[in-house]
Amino acid sequence: MTTDLKLYQIGTFAAGNRLLDPDERSVQADPGRANAITSGHRACQGCGEALGARFVLDAAIRAAGGDIVTANATGCLEVFSTPYPESAWQLAWVHSLFGNVAAVASGIAAALKAQGREHVRVVAQAGDGGTVDIGLGCLSGMFERNDDVLFVCYDNQGYMNTGVQRSGATPPAARTATTKPVGAEPGNVFGQGKDLPRIAMAHEIPYVATATVADLRDLERKVEKAMSMHGARYLHVLVPCPLGWASASQDTIRLARLATQSGLFPVFEAEHGVVTATTPIRQRVPVEDYLVLQGRFSHLFGEHGRPDVVARIQAGADHNIARYALAPDPEVVPHD
Amino acid sequence: MTEPELPFAITLGPGTSRADLTGSWRTERATYVTRQAPCGNACPAGEAVRDWLYDAEEGDAGYERAWRRIVEVNPFPAVMGRVCYHPCETSCNRGQLDESVGINSVERFLGDRALELGWPLPPVAAPSGRRVLVVGAGPAGLSAAYHLARLGHAVTVKEAEDRPGGMMRWGIPRYRLPRPVLDAEVQRILDLGVRLELGVRVDDLAATLAAEHFDAALVAIGAQIGKRAYIPAGSAAHVMDAVTVLHGLEAGERPLLGRRVAVYGGGNTAIDTARTARRLGAADALVVYRRTRDRMPAHESEVREAEEEGVRFRWLSTIGDVEEGAITVEQMELDDTGFPRPTGHTEVLAADSVVLALGQDSDLSLLAGLDQVDLRSGVVHTSPALMTGQPGVFAAGDVTTGERSVTVAIGHGRTAARHLDDWLSGLAPAPEPPAELAAFDMLNTWYYEDAPRSHRPRLELVRRQSTFEEVVEGLDADNALYEARRCMSCGTCFSCDNCVAVCPDNAVVSLGMPGSYAIDLDYCKGCGICVAECPCGAIEMVPEQI
Amino acid sequence: MLRQVEGSRAVADAVARCRPQVIAAYPISPQTHIVEALSDLVRTGELAPCEYLMVESEFGALSACIGASAAGARAYTATASQGLLFMAEAIPNASGLGLPVVMTVANRAIGAPINIWNDHSDAMSQRDAGWIQLFAESNQEAVDLHVQAFVLAERLSLPVMVCMDGFVLTHAVEEVDVPEQDVVDSLLPPFVPRQVLDPAAPVTIGAMVGPEAFTEVKYLAAVQQLRALEEIPVVAEEFTRATGRTSGGLVSRYRTDDAETVVVAMGSVLGSVKDVVDELREDGVRIGAVTVTCFRPWPTDEVREALAGVERVIVLNRAFSVGSGTMLGQDVRLTLTTRAPSPATVPAPATVVHDVVAGLGGRPVTRDSIRALVAAVLGGEVDPDRLHFLDLDRSLLEGEDLTPAAKDAR
Repeated sequence: MTTDLKLYQIGTFAAGNRLLDPDERSVQADPGRANAITSGHRACQGCGEALGARFVLDAAIRAAGGDIVTANATGCLEVFSTPYPESAWQLAWVHSLFGNVAAVASGIAAALKAQGREHVRVVAQAGDGGTVDIGLGCLSGMFERNDDVLFVCYDNQGYMNTGVQRSGATPPAARTATTKPVGAEPGNVFGQGKDLPRIAMAHEIPYVATATVADLRDLERKVEKAMSMHGARYLHVLVPCPLGWASASQDTIRLARLATQSGLFPVFEAEHGVVTATTPIRQRVPVEDYLVLQGRFSHLFGEHGRPDVVARIQAGADHNIARYALAPDPEVVPHD
Repeated sequence: MTEPELPFAITLGPGTSRADLTGSWRTERATYVTRQAPCGNACPAGEAVRDWLYDAEEGDAGYERAWRRIVEVNPFPAVMGRVCYHPCETSCNRGQLDESVGINSVERFLGDRALELGWPLPPVAAPSGRRVLVVGAGPAGLSAAYHLARLGHAVTVKEAEDRPGGMMRWGIPRYRLPRPVLDAEVQRILDLGVRLELGVRVDDLAATLAAEHFDAALVAIGAQIGKRAYIPAGSAAHVMDAVTVLHGLEAGERPLLGRRVAVYGGGNTAIDTARTARRLGAADALVVYRRTRDRMPAHESEVREAEEEGVRFRWLSTIGDVEEGAITVEQMELDDTGFPRPTGHTEVLAADSVVLALGQDSDLSLLAGLDQVDLRSGVVHTSPALMTGQPGVFAAGDVTTGERSVTVAIGHGRTAARHLDDWLSGLAPAPEPPAELAAFDMLNTWYYEDAPRSHRPRLELVRRQSTFEEVVEGLDADNALYEARRCMSCGTCFSCDNCVAVCPDNAVVSLGMPGSYAIDLDYCKGCGICVAECPCGAIEMVPEQI
Repeated sequence: MLRQVEGSRAVADAVARCRPQVIAAYPISPQTHIVEALSDLVRTGELAPCEYLMVESEFGALSACIGASAAGARAYTATASQGLLFMAEAIPNASGLGLPVVMTVANRAIGAPINIWNDHSDAMSQRDAGWIQLFAESNQEAVDLHVQAFVLAERLSLPVMVCMDGFVLTHAVEEVDVPEQDVVDSLLPPFVPRQVLDPAAPVTIGAMVGPEAFTEVKYLAAVQQLRALEEIPVVAEEFTRATGRTSGGLVSRYRTDDAETVVVAMGSVLGSVKDVVDELREDGVRIGAVTVTCFRPWPTDEVREALAGVERVIVLNRAFSVGSGTMLGQDVRLTLTTRAPSPATVPAPATVVHDVVAGLGGRPVTRDSIRALVAAVLGGEVDPDRLHFLDLDRSLLEGEDLTPAAKDAR
């Protein structure tokens, strides 16, 4: 059915491809995928985190031959998946607290080692709050000790579960319940926030990668790569949140894609503290294309818009593009 | 560990959330749809272009399936792959992304492969006992004969010329359509049992129908009479018409055109004539056209190829006078409505001959005895079902109103055959349900690989100016496959599995067979991501009844 | 085998013989000698298979134990004081999830002001967290309680906190017998978790429970805690059979049979209390002592029985609830005022409870102080309605505004 021809219509951009052998398709295209998180969960319509978690865990389950246990921080993902009496998880899963998931995972990994069950692999998962803010202490410890855990941050850029408050990962100018678009500097302040992938890299752990729900194959490849390694590994996945971003539910993947194509979310991999690969921008767009679809940035547009703020955000994107060499000419920004 | 032993409430069994039918949140549901692709919508022959490309994308065994889909409607893929001006490509959504898919070249590849491997046309149905006369063995007549034969009718084609093909033979030069290709595709139709009578001119259709007891007839005699415009010409002036020139060449004559040839007209026939003149040794072939290049009816690729071969063009000009060795042309200008009007500025150009390519008329004398057939303006007027005012007499191709091309004629032939069959069966013409067009903005083109079009190689220039060898070569298998796979499958599922992957609620299930998915409405929350991320616009949201 | 050994080392050896599979700890005085010794045992391989996680905080320490326990491993940690508070969020989480972690608390004051010395403020602050809390009177009992703690924890799927007085016990070198490995093994079979993270039989541990079932979950937790009141004496009896030594249990009485006055206390202070009891008995004072070994769950019946017919109770607690009384005193008082299960155990209606806070932040509770306290109580000099601060040095408070005192303000 297949030939040696390199071009396959959709290549590996889509999840599957009838022209590819089944084992060359994504895990998500496999009818026998694990569905680590199954139907009936209470996530909002178009939830990027529910999607990201399934992408990551199904890939991890395949990579580990099914031998996965998961520790989950408090947050949307935990809440919408496990309201008594129903759980959406189909893998071994534990939730303890908001800020301790890295330590819980370290304990699990230690237990498995002591039990001689090291073939069972540990995945820890948390939102951005549980990762960059309240969970950072335990996470840094997990990194520093190089515990055999893959830690996955599903970054939706705020405390969505509690009603959309600002986190250390909320982008500049974004409206949240604690950074309202009022005053001279509407929305979240500039110059703050934690770049956790770089913080992780500073620990020189074996593997750090960023990814989004918009590039399934890339995400799955990174999970697979992470699972082929031991020690502390960190995967930072951008998962748009229709509720918190005030975006249309069908735009979840589109927004993740625009985040990468604008340069606001650089996609790269690093090993032992050194960037080893970046995903070049394929169809570069100005940041407006990304921002304008989100109600949390609506105060930047329209009659009382703030082109100066948009320009600052663009400068941030340009900085990313230059830093990670994401585009041939980082200075040139296309405008439609 | 069995569930009752688990600590109450804090520990839960796996996957129990499936008891919660979150589909109840939905206000809209995702639904699979099949939309009309622009290519197929634009095809005058009615080919399901996207669908046969789908088969061709697989390569190998897929090629024959693709070819079989084509010949469901068009028995001339190899001809069409050469002479069609491919409105499919003009309308192709991919053209808005990078370049349209080279559909025509893939069709030719498939057509040639079928001839090479001897793939037979589909078998005919059991005899219906009905006898149908087709007048004219051109593209419309042969296409109709093919479909009528497949429907089980006994078909007789009467052709005035000594060889079949009509304009495919007498109007289109060999460098565009090599005759072995034409002959082979015609023969394949005849092999189905179609009776072809050559050298038989039907002068009186009514008489023929009565004498030979046909149940119905199709008039597909084409238009071979070159239109003459009144141009003052001296007695020594050498003025011919293009149809005659091209016909004569095909009949083995060598028209005396001289070194400097002026062709008057702007259609494809004008271009064919000028390019033929170059091949016959004319040092200078000039096309004189009264409007601008962008208003020229001739296809752009023909004009471009002609220019490559040294054909010159003079736009906004009319020929006012022809003398031996010279023509007088007058400069025109376009008025506000875009219509050319004279300026009074004239110029004398050297020309050994003038070939008029101003369109063709039909010889409609065979219909003279059928009073109910409307022949106003020298064409046959028909109902939408292509039936003339005379019950049981249909017309198709250049003889009717509308655009004249091989592709239109082939489509006409099929349409006429279908309606003729309905008429024979006493059925009313069945209207085709309108299908929504898959517009470019319904696609998510992110998912398509960046794939520049593979252009067909062309015969080297010097040989194009001196021989009638085929100018445009076919694609090799790799390039044909590549080109097929540039198709974006607008408006129909091509099994990319995106919908299955992108549903946050696992509410899209794969049913096993490629391209067969179902929305699990127990869990579809109606977020619409599957619609947004479907590359080809094959899913839509529809409101729930609340 | 008796040997002269520091309490911390003895406890470390006892813990090691319980074969923990994961130890996670963060150093804090006065717990450090315990975890240092365990670290040695793991690094040398004497304690194997066992993973020692040197975590970044006490919060991480207990969290790692939670993870390890959920993965079916026997998990242990130790802390004190601020460290216990720093892990506070995880403490009820471990009990709520029913994870049988064992934790040593080397009891120490909590700040401010910062103070590294012994009292029970740390453990008392977590008395409502759903853990079993056992208090050791001596280093021998500390050793024995750790063995019993693992047995109890795993039988009940509940975490156990073994409290031993910081420095007073942890750093005291005395003769202690650590049960031999075979003895411990006979008491403590391999851990069979009630729930475990197993890819082959996946479960969701730690679900969210709303108003519709939260009360029921907590009711079951209460029921389970009370089961400890049945199980603790059983385990203590098993321990005695295996070692020939009496250790643990819920409550122990010392010369209370005809006592009119009973001192109730927890931890190492009982040594001094018993000495004073002996001295006063020689003086003809009908006095005894009651040791509360199991503070949580609170052994209501056993305390009531121990104090039946007593005229007055002096509760010595090394911690107090600011603005109220001591935690131990409140529980004793409540026990003596609630209905008894049978008429035979109804206490004398007028048992007077003297609630005394003593030995805060490492201040020694001397025999002289106790004797003076008893004398003051018997002499009617101590107001039973007011919390009494033992050995309050009023000279240090000269110039401080001490009005209005709580009672005067009424």
